[in-house]
Amino acid sequence: MSYAGTLVVAAKGDHEITMIRRFGAPRAMVFEAWTKPELLKRWMTGPPGMTLPICEVDLRVGGAYRYVWRTGDGHEMGAGGTFLEVAAPERFVATERFDQAWYPGEAVITITFVEQDGETEVTTTMRYESTESRDGVLRSGMTDGVRQSYDRVAAIFETELAAQDAAPDRKRA
Amino acid sequence: MTPSTRLDATFAALADPTRRAILARLVTGEASVNELARPFDMSQPAISKHLKVLEGAGLISRGRDAQRRPCRLSAQPLADANEWLERYRKIWEANFARLDNLLEEMKAEERARPKSRRRARGAKR
Repeated sequence: MSYAGTLVVAAKGDHEITMIRRFGAPRAMVFEAWTKPELLKRWMTGPPGMTLPICEVDLRVGGAYRYVWRTGDGHEMGAGGTFLEVAAPERFVATERFDQAWYPGEAVITITFVEQDGETEVTTTMRYESTESRDGVLRSGMTDGVRQSYDRVAAIFETELAAQDAAPDRKRA
Repeated sequence: MTPSTRLDATFAALADPTRRAILARLVTGEASVNELARPFDMSQPAISKHLKVLEGAGLISRGRDAQRRPCRLSAQPLADANEWLERYRKIWEANFARLDNLLEEMKAEERARPKSRRRARGAKR
């Protein structure tokens, strides 16, 4: 079974972004891939051409983590934070701040892992200190000269509605 | 409105399922308040309230025809909002595709490993 293309990203309320994705593996394994540096370095590398050469994770309440991404031409981007809650393999909560933050304050990231029939649904909630921060994060992905397109408009509804539809499923798990 | 406050208004407007459904309906073409109210089992004033929020966010505009005042979609704020959600999603979709592959490898390794050692320290390589 392929899960490609099933990621749901939605802005929720005024302060949050949520992402929901299923993986075809038990949750202990997914949790491990999400919290062990040698494993994180293999997948959380971001846009094409970037690597994650520095990845340190001290997975305990009060422990710190730090990621540094590097582009092909040597530019670096770092981010890190502190774990606020660690309940392996169900969930963890951590603060997040990028070195060159383009938004005010810290974000609080909550990641939950729910297993059902050998699959794991991972929900990531990023809560920003203000609506401005949240929109700043999202807007950073914006390009100039945005085109009007009814197809894309339709796509955002699908995203939003899929997020809504996915919610009761998770409760049932 | 500044770009930031406009995005705020866009997302506040999109936070409500009825308003999203109204917008989804308007993707197929303009409609009067009556036409919009019909599928929702909601009073006209209740729908009008939602339409005001959508109008305030610049997501719809209303026609001048005093009788009907048809609502139509204004695509730009949604296109803006969608643009960055889409970019964000692409980055994470690529991350997760790599994670899919990694998990397949981890599963294969676990299957290959003798039972007694299964809970030992993750995937060594």
